[in-house]
Amino acid sequence: MSDDAVEVRDVVVRYGATTAVDGVSLTVPRGRVFALLGHNGAGKTSLLQVCEGFRAASEGACRVLGLDPIRDHDELMPRLGIMLQSGGMYPWATASELLHLFASFSANPIDPGTLMDRLGLHKTAKTRYRRLSGGEQQRLSLAVALVGRPELVFLDEPTAGMDTEARHTTWQLIEELRADGVSVLLTTHLLDEAERLADDVVIMREGRVAATGTPAQLTAAAGIDHLEVRAEAGLKPEVPFKVTEATPGEYTIAGTLDAAAIASVLAWFAREGAQVTAVNTRRRTLEDVYLALTAEQLTTGKAGAGR
Amino acid sequence: MTTAAVALPSTVSNGLSRGWVETLQFLRDRTAVIFTFAFPAMLLLLFGTIFGDSYDDTGVSASQVYSASMIAYGILSTAFVTMGSGVALDREDGTLKRLHGTPITPTAYVMGKLILVLILSVAEAAILILVGILIFDMPVPDAAHWLTFAWLFLLSTFACTACGIAVSAIVKHARTAGAILNVPVVALQFISGVFIHPITQLPSWLITVASLFPVKWMSQGFRYVFLPDSMKQYEAASQWELGRTALVLGAWCVIGLVLCLVTFRWTEKDR
Repeated sequence: MSDDAVEVRDVVVRYGATTAVDGVSLTVPRGRVFALLGHNGAGKTSLLQVCEGFRAASEGACRVLGLDPIRDHDELMPRLGIMLQSGGMYPWATASELLHLFASFSANPIDPGTLMDRLGLHKTAKTRYRRLSGGEQQRLSLAVALVGRPELVFLDEPTAGMDTEARHTTWQLIEELRADGVSVLLTTHLLDEAERLADDVVIMREGRVAATGTPAQLTAAAGIDHLEVRAEAGLKPEVPFKVTEATPGEYTIAGTLDAAAIASVLAWFAREGAQVTAVNTRRRTLEDVYLALTAEQLTTGKAGAGR
Repeated sequence: MTTAAVALPSTVSNGLSRGWVETLQFLRDRTAVIFTFAFPAMLLLLFGTIFGDSYDDTGVSASQVYSASMIAYGILSTAFVTMGSGVALDREDGTLKRLHGTPITPTAYVMGKLILVLILSVAEAAILILVGILIFDMPVPDAAHWLTFAWLFLLSTFACTACGIAVSAIVKHARTAGAILNVPVVALQFISGVFIHPITQLPSWLITVASLFPVKWMSQGFRYVFLPDSMKQYEAASQWELGRTALVLGAWCVIGLVLCLVTFRWTEKDR
């Protein structure tokens, strides 16, 4: 049996005639933060529900902490923390009462007061759930997922609806979880969130895995890195890359630029005796990758409709 | 964060924690509190005032008979309707799903609900009995009758709760739960001697139908507790039939429990 936190093999999820997840395989190693990235409707939540044991996969297999999430539900749940997107809280109970309730289900919970302080919820302890703001409800939901000291947490869009400060607190908390050896599987459509937090990223598109890797691998793979050089106007660099001079004296060299390539480009400027006043490299961001992939989706979508 | 070698809290303690929050939650929603408690009491006041005549020879007024019979309605309303619509709502708004993602068992979930229902039913019965005693001069029963009341009350509440949970499985939307659940409640009250007494005014086949369900036995039992023995002449069998009452209610507890276990779902079937 594998020692991975989550192992998903060829999972298919169908709702009637709709296929929400279409043959996804992924592995979340222990102690890592794993992000599922994709548009709304890409199948992230459906896949998560299979891992959480809320839904049986139509096809394929799923092991969570080496267990079957449906058959071994009772053995698995004390070791999991699950943060749902919404719903399922008693609207008339206070934030503190709710967190104490969920804490009381665990063998060795974190002190609810400490956790509320950590998440900036101490001021809302006596506020009824229905009166909490969207971001506060979200933070309480995160606290509920963490209060039982889980080994593995599933976070479905953990920072949706949070303000910038709460989002950063949440990110720090997730980083602390990883430092404590907790495995995290989260869904998000925020690219900076995935880039900052995730050790591994899977980009999902129409129920399938469109790309997978570490954020660095994903951003490095396709090679549209840019080298920007400022020198005198009107030069014609003879390099094996695409060169544009958008404004006079501002050269942008685009391509797969490793150190040797960058050196060769700068060597050309040196041989020409050019007055180089600025050099700047720009890495492709996860957003570029994501947009490239989703643009593909739009194109194929249009082609499909035209057929 | 490894799981320490500490045992998980028991189902009973999880059930109690849930019962506490369920009760807080219910009591804070004032609209629900008022309508749940006030409606049976209001019906009792109306019926008791409109139909004030006495039964021949016994000196018992119709309002006293209503006071006793309406306790059956009070339990139906708090146990069957509140429970049925409550579970349907929990299923729809994701409460059950969220709980399914924690270590608690279905039994702990149901225990929490049962605690709420017991508290509500005790309060409801107390209101109806107080209205009966204070406004309609219903006699206060002796200790032996209170003992009967206790088992009758518990069996009735448990049977209605179990059936309520079972029926919640066929309720598609929580929005329509109240309407759906009130159909059997109102129908059974008309044929079970709650609204129309003596029950012998009904065609005998209808009495047979009513005898299959718990409400007839509940209302008959509560009339035994609160009315003089001479009133038994107005019952279907001219007897109080306590043994059979216990048997039928016990059977419904078992039927309800089995239905619960067979039909219970943590989530809605689709989405």
